[in-house]
Amino acid sequence: MSHAAVATHDHDHDHKPKGFVKRWLMTTNHKDIGTLYLIFALTMFIFGGALAMIIRLELFQPGLQFVQPDFFNQLTTMHALIMVFGAVMPAFVGFANWMIPIMIGAPDMALPRMNNWSFWILPFAFTMLASTFFMDGGAPAAGWTLYPPLVLQGGQNLAYAVFAIHMLGISSIMGAINVIATIMNMRAPNMGYLKMPLFVWTWLITAFLLIAVMPVFAGAVTMLLTDHYFGTSFFNAAGGGDPVLFQHIFWFFGHPEVYIMILPSFGIFSEIIPTFARKPLFGYVSMVYASAAIAFLSFIVWAHHMFSVGMPFGGELYFMYATMLISIPTGVKVFNWVSTMWKGAMTFETPMLWAIAFVILFTIGGFSGLMMAIAPVDFQYHDTYFIVAHFHYVLVSGSVFAIIAGVYYWIPKWTGNMYSERLGKIHFWWSAISINVLFFPQHFLGLAGMPRRIPDYSTQFAEFNMWSSIGGFAFGLAQIFFIIIVIRTIKGKGTTKATDRVWEGAKGLEWFIPSPAPHHTFQDGEAVKDEQLAHVSTH
Amino acid sequence: MSNTSNDQYYVPHLARWPIVGSIGMTLTAVGAATFMNSETATTPVLMYLGFAVIIFMVFGWFAEVIKESENNVYNAQVDTSFRMGMVWFIFSEVMFFACFFGALWYVRNMSVPWLGGEGTGLFTNSELWAGYEGVWPTNGPGDIGGKFELIDPYHLPLVNTILLMASSITLTIAHHALVDGARKKVIGWLIATVVLGAAFLFFQVEEYIEAYQHLDLTLRSGIYGSTFFMLTGFHGMHVTLGAIMLTVITIRMIRGHFKPESHFGFEAVAWYWHFVDVVWLGLFIFVYII
Repeated sequence: MSHAAVATHDHDHDHKPKGFVKRWLMTTNHKDIGTLYLIFALTMFIFGGALAMIIRLELFQPGLQFVQPDFFNQLTTMHALIMVFGAVMPAFVGFANWMIPIMIGAPDMALPRMNNWSFWILPFAFTMLASTFFMDGGAPAAGWTLYPPLVLQGGQNLAYAVFAIHMLGISSIMGAINVIATIMNMRAPNMGYLKMPLFVWTWLITAFLLIAVMPVFAGAVTMLLTDHYFGTSFFNAAGGGDPVLFQHIFWFFGHPEVYIMILPSFGIFSEIIPTFARKPLFGYVSMVYASAAIAFLSFIVWAHHMFSVGMPFGGELYFMYATMLISIPTGVKVFNWVSTMWKGAMTFETPMLWAIAFVILFTIGGFSGLMMAIAPVDFQYHDTYFIVAHFHYVLVSGSVFAIIAGVYYWIPKWTGNMYSERLGKIHFWWSAISINVLFFPQHFLGLAGMPRRIPDYSTQFAEFNMWSSIGGFAFGLAQIFFIIIVIRTIKGKGTTKATDRVWEGAKGLEWFIPSPAPHHTFQDGEAVKDEQLAHVSTH
Repeated sequence: MSNTSNDQYYVPHLARWPIVGSIGMTLTAVGAATFMNSETATTPVLMYLGFAVIIFMVFGWFAEVIKESENNVYNAQVDTSFRMGMVWFIFSEVMFFACFFGALWYVRNMSVPWLGGEGTGLFTNSELWAGYEGVWPTNGPGDIGGKFELIDPYHLPLVNTILLMASSITLTIAHHALVDGARKKVIGWLIATVVLGAAFLFFQVEEYIEAYQHLDLTLRSGIYGSTFFMLTGFHGMHVTLGAIMLTVITIRMIRGHFKPESHFGFEAVAWYWHFVDVVWLGLFIFVYII
């Protein structure tokens, strides 16, 4: 598609609906819905982050200073639920909405009205979930894994939390259906499957995972609900049920869920690294197969979260070896990213800095994962700060870094303004250093035996906890700085106008439309030109 | 935008109904949760209000889509999107039922035998539940919900199996008639399908009454009652929904909707109906017979 053609389009079809209600509440536009998702995710990131700050404040010193143990448990539980379902997942859906139709040359998402609904369930569900803080007995306090029997012994919150999870599930499933229908049905002519950007590929696979496991989670929490309110015995041994049954069902959902949060991040970095290495992604096809392999394996490894719960010996062995298998496709990915950078004409703009930090820090998180996959030693690590360190290395320096990097990478396209490279680099170094101060000491705390989810601890853990808290406050503050950068970029303060191409080495359809992207793109169903694409596999 | 051009993918400009749906959903959820937590409330008023809003939303939303469809706003590509949407929605439903079937499998093959002393459950059994045999059907070593009897699979459940199988056949005949353009025949066989579905639901209610009043089999009858009523109950809800959907397409047929070459709404309902049918077969085998 030529620039001239797009410019006329811009002129003809750039009529945004007037008024707040029509523009945002009733929108069917994938870009507006993407923006809503991203703003919502950022709001939840601040909310969940604020809870984390209170946690780190309480843990700054041994002893109880600021919060009571029960409220502390509410904080850890809600921090996780909000970050997983309110921040990370909606942020990736926001990216999917904004970028997938543009990347494959589609006029919009396949089912635009349903797309609106997928988003507009979220604010309601989270208001309901957050309101449990003000109820008798407070918010859910049994951990985000909601294990019975503990979770059944809480206050009124259970019903609200369960229904909120149902609503989030409905939202996620509709969002995922939309992604699949868009990718399978809306690709422009000549946009073959093996020409799709890797971000599109990883989201396609993520969407399958979502549709497969969100209903299972819904079923699990429904059983909690009926056990608590209607006298069923699913998780009650006296009635022939088993509390461990919940753990099996939960982790059958929960393990694919962690890949739901990391695969889109793999996709984003697979866009960024080739752009700034000025080389095509190394091993494109193997990246696709590796993503699919990771997704497949995610369904058959769930019980590695439960090694210490008491499983038959054969089960321990099977889940240990199956889990280790995951490191093969993940290793393929890490080596491919490194090989893409090898002998590339690299420059280090802000998105690339995040990408390099991701490759290193995510690999550390992967290695600690491999350590815990070894069943006998996991008996030592289980439920200690070691696991807290592990999943924050993969979720913060994996998923959250991807979201931040993606914002820096695409915000010039979204707003038409180039963010301040100087502020972006300050944000990066500030975050990259503080995150290690925050989470690295937690490895040592865990190995020394400090359990997770406790408001108080023995004095020998004091120093590392203090360091961790200092890192935590610094990291939290850095993200406030990030919001300032984002707002300045949107408002065009201290920024320059972005070119259409934005990045010298960028390839893919999104770089051949104007910046900011017009309200409607690609209405003609015109064929995609191979020379605009990053990957034209001859496979 | 002109609404007769069929060459462009139709992207609606405004979505009025989703926000109504979200409000309805929230009212339902808050109403139900408040009711469950209340010790005095007798009617979940807010929940019913939420249901009403959701029904209003569904009618409004579908009316809009049906109108657009009848005005030929949708091209073949839109049709494909709808098909994919329905297929993956049904897949999500399959996984929801898989969750409950999986739970049934686990308690029957794992946790109940362990409670009875098998495998690593030796001490659990001897120290906590001495004398418990761990044989299915069971309401657990605590005899939760008291003694109960089972539904005989070869009476009402067998009748229901035949009814549902027959309804799948009548629906397929209706579908073939639609493709052949024999509209009256379609309506006749659709009505037959709805009647068979309604009969199924009638017998299902009968069975529940028998279970509660004569067999002492309730939702509270330990793990057997839990799995039995949750599986058959969720299935019954899906049959109810399917029967409503069938009624809607019957009315649409009478009003002259659907063409031999294009009738996605009809097909979507048919897929859904066959899906609840297959789930029933699973129930009949794994819940009633084995």
